[in-house]
Amino acid sequence: MPFVIELTGIRKSFGGVHALKGVDFSISPGEVHCLVGENGSGKSTLIKIMSGVHAPDAGEIRIDGKPCARLTPSASIAAGIQVIYQDLSLFPNLSVAENIGIRQYMEKGRRLVDWRRLRKSADDAMRRIGVSLDPDRPVLDLSIADRQLVAICRAIAEDARLVIMDEPTASLTRTEVDALLSVVRDLQRRDLAILFVSHRLDEVMEIARRVTVLRDGEQAGVYDARELDDARLAFLMTGRNFTWDINRTSCDANAPLLEVRNLSKKRNYADISFTLHRGEILGVTGLLGSGRTELALSLFGCSAPDSGEIRVEGTAVRLESNRDAIRAGIGYLPEDRLTLGLVLDQSAGDNAVLTILDSLVGGGGLIDGRRLDATVREWIESLNIKVSDPAVPVRTLSGGNQQKVVLAKWLATNPKILILDSPTVGVDVAAKHGIFEIVKALAAKGIGIILISDEVPEVLCNAHRVLLMRKGRIVGEYRPDSISQKELAVKINAE
Amino acid sequence: MPNDERLSGGTRTGFAALRGEFLLAGVILLLAAVLGVKTDGFLSWSNLFDLLNSYAFVGIMAAGLLTVLISGGIDISFTATATVAQYVVASILVRCGESMGAPFGWIAIFGAAAFTGLLLGAVNGLLVHTLRVSAMIVTIATLNVFYGILIFVTRGKWLYDFPKWFADGVNVWSFTQGGATYGLSLAICALFLVLAGTAFLLNRTTLGRKIYAMGGNPEAAKRMGFNLLGLRLFVFCYMGFLAAIGAVVQAQVMQTVAPNSIVGRELEVLAAVVLGGASLAGGGGTLLGTMLGVALIAILQNGLTLLGVSSYWHQIVIGCVILSSVSATAWNARTIARKGVGIDVPD
Amino acid sequence: MFRIDPVIRSLLVLLACLVALFAFLLGGRFFSFANLQSMAFQLPELGILAVAMMVTMMTGGINLSIITTANLAGITAAFCITRLAGADASSGAVLGITAIAFASAMVVSALVGAANGFVVAHLGVSAILATLGTTTVLEGIGVLITRGSVISGFPDAVLFIGNGALFGVPVPLVIFACCALAVGVWLDRTPWGVGVRMTGSNANATAYSGVDVRRVLMKVYILSGLLCGVAALIMIARFNSARAGYGSSYLLVTVLASVLGGVNPDGGFGKVGGLVAALMVLQVIGSGLNLLGLSPHLAIALWGGILLFVIALRLLRARRAGQ
Repeated sequence: MPFVIELTGIRKSFGGVHALKGVDFSISPGEVHCLVGENGSGKSTLIKIMSGVHAPDAGEIRIDGKPCARLTPSASIAAGIQVIYQDLSLFPNLSVAENIGIRQYMEKGRRLVDWRRLRKSADDAMRRIGVSLDPDRPVLDLSIADRQLVAICRAIAEDARLVIMDEPTASLTRTEVDALLSVVRDLQRRDLAILFVSHRLDEVMEIARRVTVLRDGEQAGVYDARELDDARLAFLMTGRNFTWDINRTSCDANAPLLEVRNLSKKRNYADISFTLHRGEILGVTGLLGSGRTELALSLFGCSAPDSGEIRVEGTAVRLESNRDAIRAGIGYLPEDRLTLGLVLDQSAGDNAVLTILDSLVGGGGLIDGRRLDATVREWIESLNIKVSDPAVPVRTLSGGNQQKVVLAKWLATNPKILILDSPTVGVDVAAKHGIFEIVKALAAKGIGIILISDEVPEVLCNAHRVLLMRKGRIVGEYRPDSISQKELAVKINAE
Repeated sequence: MPNDERLSGGTRTGFAALRGEFLLAGVILLLAAVLGVKTDGFLSWSNLFDLLNSYAFVGIMAAGLLTVLISGGIDISFTATATVAQYVVASILVRCGESMGAPFGWIAIFGAAAFTGLLLGAVNGLLVHTLRVSAMIVTIATLNVFYGILIFVTRGKWLYDFPKWFADGVNVWSFTQGGATYGLSLAICALFLVLAGTAFLLNRTTLGRKIYAMGGNPEAAKRMGFNLLGLRLFVFCYMGFLAAIGAVVQAQVMQTVAPNSIVGRELEVLAAVVLGGASLAGGGGTLLGTMLGVALIAILQNGLTLLGVSSYWHQIVIGCVILSSVSATAWNARTIARKGVGIDVPD
Repeated sequence: MFRIDPVIRSLLVLLACLVALFAFLLGGRFFSFANLQSMAFQLPELGILAVAMMVTMMTGGINLSIITTANLAGITAAFCITRLAGADASSGAVLGITAIAFASAMVVSALVGAANGFVVAHLGVSAILATLGTTTVLEGIGVLITRGSVISGFPDAVLFIGNGALFGVPVPLVIFACCALAVGVWLDRTPWGVGVRMTGSNANATAYSGVDVRRVLMKVYILSGLLCGVAALIMIARFNSARAGYGSSYLLVTVLASVLGGVNPDGGFGKVGGLVAALMVLQVIGSGLNLLGLSPHLAIALWGGILLFVIALRLLRARRAGQ
């Protein structure tokens, strides 16, 4: 059987920057394939070439074995190639049925809506993958997982033969991932080709056959999914070997910094008790929806708990707002760096001192410009932030450097406790190590760190202790030398 | 996905989408009941037709503004467009109105008005699409341009003394009560035609559904391959067209054309549309809601007058209604957002 | 290192071109003392209102109630003056009454600002809708108090604010310069100012950094209200009267001036310097056309045209920079 699509020697550059330097890729009907690479490795360019958005500078595209001189977006859709972007590209205000059958609105000469046909194509598509959603419900009312199903249905309704899914599991809980995987298996049985695009070893690799790894616009090889693990994949993606050594530093177990006693909040978490010590890195792991972020928000004063007690250095604190938390010496690096961590359009410098503006005030109630510049420079140097000019928008920095700006913002407050919620999301492997070096150095200085992450190797190798959360409760406490990565991963995913 | 909590009512069916309209309709019915008991004149045919006549042009323009809001844009300049159209029509009437006679005259003035509206709407649509600045800013600028040039050219003269056929208007059906004649006048007919047309456009045509889709998620609409320039041109032209139709209707009701009779009322129309549940973020809003919004303002004003409340109070009451309505909506959205998704924590 | 803002620079170039054009068309008349003085008297009113608009736009909001706030404040002051000061009041009493009147005007405008701020910051209503509501109420109150008529006849001390001059510099211009300078410095150099810009770009991320966004917004709307109050004093002094409905055509012009001056309508960016440059552009067009004997409405049309032109230029420049 010929490949659904076969790319050979694809090259593409944008204004002198080589995004793709001769990449081969192929996928056959009924195959589940993964495309993995770091940010900027050329993944999205490759997707855009397959969807006809970009034309390659050189190389050949074959569809069903036939060479295709020029692949336009409409030709790509006609060939059955459908891309489901991470944001799903749905219309939240339209109904499920309309979202699935939206292509009918674009048919030539069709002026009136054929509601019956629209409804039928939605029903057909949903039946084919065995989901039942109310076709009249606005997509806005659906959960992220259901929205993803709608996006898949739309692809099917448009006669997809290859479905490309960009980071499909990023915001799904484990149960939802399993549901997605069963849908994908079903598609596979119907001879559809599925391409998952990811920047890490994803759950979807459980059902993938082959994995194509991209590195700096070049193909780092095609591998059997079973022969890859995290370390190997990290090496293939970066070309460097990163060893995750268990953190063998010690912390002062007699100096409790943060004590949480029986903290509960309805529909968020229940009966949470733990102690964080000076200089300790306490890992908190669990799936999306395990209550880990909700707990962090309460510790940061953003959502008040219903009951329980929080003590900082022995004194009970009431955190009415995050300003109280900051005053108590708590800093919080949110999971969503792009919308909560940073004000992307504003300058890196202003972002870095946003938490301590009041302390920079000099005479006459005005900010002392020299002191501000000096503070910014100090943090840029001490965290080794790569930025040409602190006045440039922080948006222009790389993910890793952006995260360092967020860290700088909190370190500037001179915190006792730092809560890091998934600090390496969207950060390249190399930069991840840089961030953890900083984190360990901070712990060595006596700052207590709560490290929230579902990346098992990260928590296990950097934390002194790991708490496991499931359905809003702490269900286990582990020491890194007493549990293997595999065992912890199994416990995390257990329902 | 953008602006989730602010969207509502974009879908064709579904009980949930209609909650806001039910509430508004309830308030209006309650108000009407109170006014019916407290006043003599409110629940009479003559009052109803008076109301329809005098608010027809607001309703027509509101339908246009709703369409623009659904698409994710906004138009502040439609009052200027309407005034320009009024002057075009009035000039035709004053110059050669008598000689044209009724049937041809109507065609001529509506044609001229529609052309003006479409032209100025196209200017807006083109500028909004190409300049990539918020439509509000662009249309504030074009409001100044259209209106400034108009007054410069016409010197802001009032125009009146229109031919008899224009003063008589069109009466499809009429009845006499208490010595005065009421009926399906030009204004009322135009209003109903516009409402029917807009309802059809928004709910039955692929174009209308694409307008909703674009307002709901412009990025996705772009990826889908929608012709965004075409859609934007259409909604702004439609707004211009309806503004012009509304302008003719208003001129016919008032029998004078003045430079300041419509300009300055753009925010009043916007308030009515927003009261009817349309979202400034795009993608949300229904024609039914918008008409209820217009109706609420009309009935409030009419009712206060009938109740003998000094007209000085009218604006205060209407302002308070607008404030409480938008505050309640925002508060509601905030509570829903705060409740969030939540987790089922087992005991 | 001193860098001049590119927005301000291009506006100054535009200003220079306009001045050159009018100098060519009008000769010395454009630079006559009378014309310069009349420009200096006209600019401040619109200018202070534009600053009131600008501070709200920098947070991504808007204040559609600036004109009605100003009118209500003006009516309040006028009411106090005309009711309290009889014809036979001593000059000392007149000064005292004037002070009370001005103070009550400022209190009213601050209260209106606080009301706007409360609805926007605490109830979470979008600024355009909130201020659309308050402006309707305020206009109603203004009409109610005055019964739709004009309150006029103020003592000389009041008129001095609108028509007097200090060392040849018109008093309104002095007041405007003080307001602009103060707001400019506050926006640029205080934690509140940084908070305003940050809130304008991303209120959530700003709040997560421990900035009290609600307080920032409250202060913005109160400041906006107070500026309207100041504008009101100049307005009633210049017209020697107060009325609900004065200056309603200014409302959209202040938005136009702000955007022309480089304020990002989505919030986060803007400089008072840019706004002042934009106001000078608008004023030069207005006065120049007036001297040429052309209708002031042509000036309004030109203002709109210039804004569209400048937006197009900025877009082109951004595109070129992007490539």
